Amino acid sequence: MNSLLKVENVVKNYGTFRALNNISLEVETGSIFGLLGPNGAGKTTLIRIINQITGPDKGQIFLDGEKLQPKHISSIGYLPEERGLYKNMKVGEQAIYLAQLKGMSEADAKAKLKIWFDKFDIGNWWNKKVQDLSKGMAQKVQFIVTVLHEPKLLIFDEPFSGFDPINANLIRDEILALRNNGATIIFSTHRMESVEEVCDHIALINKSNKILDGNLIEIKKQFKTNTYEVGLVADDLMVLEAELAQKFQISRAFFKSLNNDLKLNIKLPKDETSNGLLNYLNAKSQINHFVELVPSANDIFIQAINNNTNV
Amino acid sequence: MYKLKLIIKREFLAKVRNKSFIIMTILSPIIMVGMIALIAYLNIKNSEEIRTVAFVDQSNIFTDILIDTKTTKFVNLSALPLEVAKEEAVKANYYGLISIPKKDSLDRLAKSIAFYGEGSPSLSLISDLESKFQQKIRDIKIEKMGFDIAKIKAANTEVEIITEKFSGEKASKMGSILKMIAGASFGYLIFMFIIIYGTSVMRSVIEEKTNRIIEVIISSVQPFHLMLGKILGNALAGILQFIIWIVSAGVLMFIISSSLGADFSSLSSNAPQLTPEMTAQMHESVSGNLNLVLLELKDFPFVTLFASFIFYFLGGYLIYSSIYAAIGAAVDNETDTQQFMFPVMIPLMIAIYVGFSVIENPHGPIAVAFSIFPLTSPIVMLMRIPFGVPWWQIIISMILLLVTFLGVVWFAAKIYRVGILMYGKKPSYKELYKWLKY
Repeated sequence: MNSLLKVENVVKNYGTFRALNNISLEVETGSIFGLLGPNGAGKTTLIRIINQITGPDKGQIFLDGEKLQPKHISSIGYLPEERGLYKNMKVGEQAIYLAQLKGMSEADAKAKLKIWFDKFDIGNWWNKKVQDLSKGMAQKVQFIVTVLHEPKLLIFDEPFSGFDPINANLIRDEILALRNNGATIIFSTHRMESVEEVCDHIALINKSNKILDGNLIEIKKQFKTNTYEVGLVADDLMVLEAELAQKFQISRAFFKSLNNDLKLNIKLPKDETSNGLLNYLNAKSQINHFVELVPSANDIFIQAINNNTNV
Repeated sequence: MYKLKLIIKREFLAKVRNKSFIIMTILSPIIMVGMIALIAYLNIKNSEEIRTVAFVDQSNIFTDILIDTKTTKFVNLSALPLEVAKEEAVKANYYGLISIPKKDSLDRLAKSIAFYGEGSPSLSLISDLESKFQQKIRDIKIEKMGFDIAKIKAANTEVEIITEKFSGEKASKMGSILKMIAGASFGYLIFMFIIIYGTSVMRSVIEEKTNRIIEVIISSVQPFHLMLGKILGNALAGILQFIIWIVSAGVLMFIISSSLGADFSSLSSNAPQLTPEMTAQMHESVSGNLNLVLLELKDFPFVTLFASFIFYFLGGYLIYSSIYAAIGAAVDNETDTQQFMFPVMIPLMIAIYVGFSVIENPHGPIAVAFSIFPLTSPIVMLMRIPFGVPWWQIIISMILLLVTFLGVVWFAAKIYRVGILMYGKKPSYKELYKWLKY
């Protein structure tokens, strides 16, 4: 695996509080990496360390094989969760200033800004003051200044907050496009459906410790319970349900269907396959609905956190 | 370094383009000059007013000394009885009426002179009259004793003590006053600058915090550079403002004084009439004094004063503005700053109060102590320097200031670095102490 970012055994203490406990991560080049965890788990601290806003007490970080150092600032773009702009500065001027701080020349920044402003159809905001923009408009400007210097590594902390669904989709598509153009992205959010949509890889941090790390599909396989959601029609549904209850571990399922189905979740023992279940059900009823229950990112998140807390 | 320059530029422009900055910059000299012009105008108006004072001198002793001056005209109503004269004075709308009855002894006469008027009369007029009468009575008494007034007058000699240093240079009183003014104005300038622009640094830090732009910025630059850029950018804006103030106030003063020129010169001729010899004598002493002042200005420690002004100005401003920056970083909004502002103001206030006593006694123990103590030295030492300060004191004070500067900036940068990313916390001193260890 060719990893752009390598975090090795990072420890960070705030006084007596340990914010990060021996965290190690690898972010593959050209992937979208979901950094997940409940509030206060330590995600923001880790992101700030990667951005060199604070330093780790122990451990090392490598970007592109090199030890993280001040020159890497221009290789990273960071959209923090707590974000904003200078209210009484003009949009264009401000964007140029922020780009210059990332090491771009004024001319270069101007040219690239023009492209992005046209793309987002906001060219006429150039001379407006930020205080005259709506929150969503300001968020667009903020997104542009984050990605303008074309960094290798992009870090988005709750990128969709402040956007309506249409603009959230626009931003999501831009993030995917950036990935396709070769950028590596760390994505931190509580919106699990967006994790599902964009992330290739996730890591879960809880109470300063990493409790889960891996490819999203692999993790889903790991968390799947061999459970199937079925919709059945038979002459006597009561009898059927009683029979199934004896043979399998069942529970009521909830989904919309056109028929008056018996809706169940059926959990199979580890060594049995779906074909066995299908054959069995086929003999007893008409099967209108049969789906393997794949754990959602949301399920994984909640289950992993609960397991970790109970341990 | 390039980024620091960018930050300084942005901070400078943000400050300079601010409407309140522009308004303050334009209005302040106008208001200041306007006030001075108003006072001068009222003064002129005051002196132009001629008061007519009537008198009834039944003793017939003082008639010859009640002669008209620039501001007071005397009308002799001695021919009339007092009551009639009073009516006359009211009718003619005179400023007042002096009644001098006839008494058999001068001492009793001295206690029975009265002034009648509309309200309470001008104090300067009364004291002027009193001294005139006193002089006259004294002359009469002396004559009665059989002395020759002219001879006694000739024996009057004005004594002026020449102040001189042990090294032999002459020191004029005017020189001391100039030193006082130079020291006090430099010290006060630093005081004002620290307060105005220190607070402005603090506000700018709070603004970045409340705008939530801070984390975006410090992912590109080191917090220390941001703090330094802010402090320097604001200082540049402040220096620009001060220069504009001084230049425009100077120009305005010049315009006003040249258009009112004639009136201003009439102010000086308002002085009481002087005999030719007295004028000559005064002239001599003034020009002698002027020479002395010039002489003293020649060895006035201009270079030391200017160089040390730059040093103490930078030192003082940097120390205090980094404290202000740390305060701004520690709080969420301006109302929370009070508890931290007070301890910062104390040494500044002390410095100004001590400054007053420095002018009285520039080499006393209080003056020496506070001109060495680093939080007050920028103000107090500057007030002392015109009076001549031993080199060892200046050097100790500068070294202490430098060490304190480094310590305070280190300390402030730590607080700043942690504070700017803390939201929604109302920090206590204990909390701040903890931040130092992060």
